Amino acid sequence: MAIRRRTGFLDPVRERVEVLERRVLGDDAGPVARRTFNRGLSAVIVGFLGMLILAPLYGFSVAAILAWLVFVVLYVPPWEVIPRVGRFVRPLLALSLAATYPFYALNMFTIPIFGAFPDVATGVKMLVFAMMAIGLNIVVGYAGLLDLGYVAFYAIGSYTVAWFASIQFAHQNIHFWPAGVPSSLPGIHISIWLLLALAGILTAIVGVIIGLPTLRLRGDYLAIVTLGFGEIMPQVARNGDDFFGTGFNLTNGPNGITPIDSPGFGSFTFLAGHGSFFTPDRLFFWTAILLVLFTVFCSLRLRDSRLGRAWIAIREDETAAAAMGVPLMRTKTWAYAAGAFFGGIAGGYYASFKSATFPGDFFFNISVLILCMVILGGMGNIWGVMVGALFLEYLDSEGLANTGAWLNSNLGLNIDVPKYEFGIFGLILVVVMLFRPQGLIPSARRKAEFEVGVHDEPLYNATHG
Amino acid sequence: MADLLRAELLRKEFGGLVAVDDVDFTIPTGTIVSLIGPNGAGKTTFFNMLTGVYKPTSGKIILHGEQVGGKPPHAITQRGVGRTFQNIRLFQTMTALENVLVGMHTQLKGGIVQSILKTPKIRREEREARVHARELLRFSGLGDVDEEEYARNLSYGDQRRLEVARALAIEPKLLLLDEPTAGMNPQETLEFTAFVAKLRADRELTILLIEHDMRVVMGISDRVTVFDYGEKIAEGTPAEIQKNERVIEAYLGSGATAA
Ligand SMILES: Nc1ncnc2c1ncn2[C@@H]1O[C@H](COP(=O)(O)OP(=O)(O)OP(=O)(O)O)[C@@H](O)[C@H]1O
Ligand SMILES: [Mg+2]
Repeated sequence: MAIRRRTGFLDPVRERVEVLERRVLGDDAGPVARRTFNRGLSAVIVGFLGMLILAPLYGFSVAAILAWLVFVVLYVPPWEVIPRVGRFVRPLLALSLAATYPFYALNMFTIPIFGAFPDVATGVKMLVFAMMAIGLNIVVGYAGLLDLGYVAFYAIGSYTVAWFASIQFAHQNIHFWPAGVPSSLPGIHISIWLLLALAGILTAIVGVIIGLPTLRLRGDYLAIVTLGFGEIMPQVARNGDDFFGTGFNLTNGPNGITPIDSPGFGSFTFLAGHGSFFTPDRLFFWTAILLVLFTVFCSLRLRDSRLGRAWIAIREDETAAAAMGVPLMRTKTWAYAAGAFFGGIAGGYYASFKSATFPGDFFFNISVLILCMVILGGMGNIWGVMVGALFLEYLDSEGLANTGAWLNSNLGLNIDVPKYEFGIFGLILVVVMLFRPQGLIPSARRKAEFEVGVHDEPLYNATHG
Repeated sequence: MADLLRAELLRKEFGGLVAVDDVDFTIPTGTIVSLIGPNGAGKTTFFNMLTGVYKPTSGKIILHGEQVGGKPPHAITQRGVGRTFQNIRLFQTMTALENVLVGMHTQLKGGIVQSILKTPKIRREEREARVHARELLRFSGLGDVDEEEYARNLSYGDQRRLEVARALAIEPKLLLLDEPTAGMNPQETLEFTAFVAKLRADRELTILLIEHDMRVVMGISDRVTVFDYGEKIAEGTPAEIQKNERVIEAYLGSGATAA
């Protein structure tokens, strides 16, 4: 099978690399050896350039060299060729790096322009958004349904936890295994762990209710309706303190619901932590990792199931999928519900982490941000989406401010860079679309879509007389 | 012989255009019926109504004695109607094997929760489905093709064969083939004709075939129906159709019969 790549401005470089590769590996090296060679070469170049450019500017950093070594170990060796266990090496390495992050976060080096590594609390935010992006990926990446209102699911999850783990309904006094809440405290207080499940399920149900009428629509129309739905949500939250003039206060309006109970067990809460080891941020961070793992696991299982195949079939060709017996409405609704489920849990967890939820958290720009994460990372590929989400959320919460400070101090400017956040994200998206439309780490499928396959036989015109 | 499918006064209009004009049509169980006619005669439109892709403007479609006209495509597929498309509509970035597995959607039972838990039942179901899908690939003449190859990378003839394999995965009682030999060379066409005959014999299928190649039509059809401008202009055995004046006129234009 000959695959011709799209031509691009990197072609001369690619050609040089190919010549070098042939000289080193010989003419008939297998694809694994060639990929390893290419990756090794890029790792060496990155390390070399890093040393050449950064060391004189920033001084010598042991942490940076260690980070580079870890990157080499993770990226270069063809781990996947080891039978059975090989495919787990990269995820497990990445996971252990992530889980131990709180211990070395403060010892990391400063990234040029972007600034310091994110602190652990920002890490929680990044993970929550990774969870949402992986959820949205089911809807957009697998089933190909453009959802511009994903923030609505985030909102429903947040408010579900807020209602049932705060003093919002103060005339009630219902306690069900909350952590560290005195029984005299009014309001409904249910264990956050149960509420996360409830948030997921409730949000999925709302997803089905919204989905049934809207998923009949195709393409642009679906995007518009979901956009509207996403717009309605913060309005309902804002005006929900006096429902239809009955005085019923559901959402506490613009003031939001705060404080929200912390997760925990018995009298132990995440908010209080335990000693200098189990700090609140670390506890929230590790739990967030578990939630992301859960999302990744479910998402992978779904992708490889009968339902996952049906989603991809619908994305490829609705008519053909229906003709193969795939019920379009039901299958799309499942995608919507699954996406909503994870969005709801993520939203609920985030509300409990922040101990607050406000209508202003759920504006349209968040929907766009999450969609950007999916597109930037590589629609359909969980790992790509995760990288996209972590990176963009880092920029959103710390990176852009750092970059702004760097720009202002070095160029003598006075620009409030984070103010132009969405302009910058838009720019990133345009650049990605121009140079790498399949995303940073595309799925094999997406990659195939963007490559020009050469048929062994010419394609005939099927209509002939 | 009972009729597997019967269309009564089936009609489809697109705006002012009558694509299928009050057609009565039956397919007896176990036969191969061919549908022929000039370009734009309404053959594909007729197919699309039978499979639920288009809603009929009026008329009835009776499958196993049940009125199915206007039902959504998946509902009709679930009742045992499989089809291929005139302009190949495979799932391009799914592998050959996955394409066939999508065809099995109705037979497989895995729901969302079981799929996530990957229960022993699901594991077995998936394993068996893969075995069966491989059999179908082999049966359809794709034994030499890499099952992990994306459909878009297959040769044209193999794509046509994969469409048939995918349609067979439905386990249809009625198979609708829309110009399956279009673009095939004479050798491939010959092989395909034999394959269709084998399908009926081995799988007890009833087949409705749209075909332009008269050698195929005359070779394997029990009955031939001719469409022109949306109307059924003739029906009969291949021999009868070959002699039918209206058919000759429709194909060669008026004047041909006078000569
Ligand atoms: N979706 C549609 N909208 C409008 N007109 C249509 C549509 N589908 C088919 N037609 C018209 O209906 C008529 C019948 O088309 P159809 O595709 O059924 O012909 P056909 O007999 O299959 O021809 P061919 O041999 O070229 O495949 C044509 O005039 C066509 O332009
Ligand atoms: Mg046609």
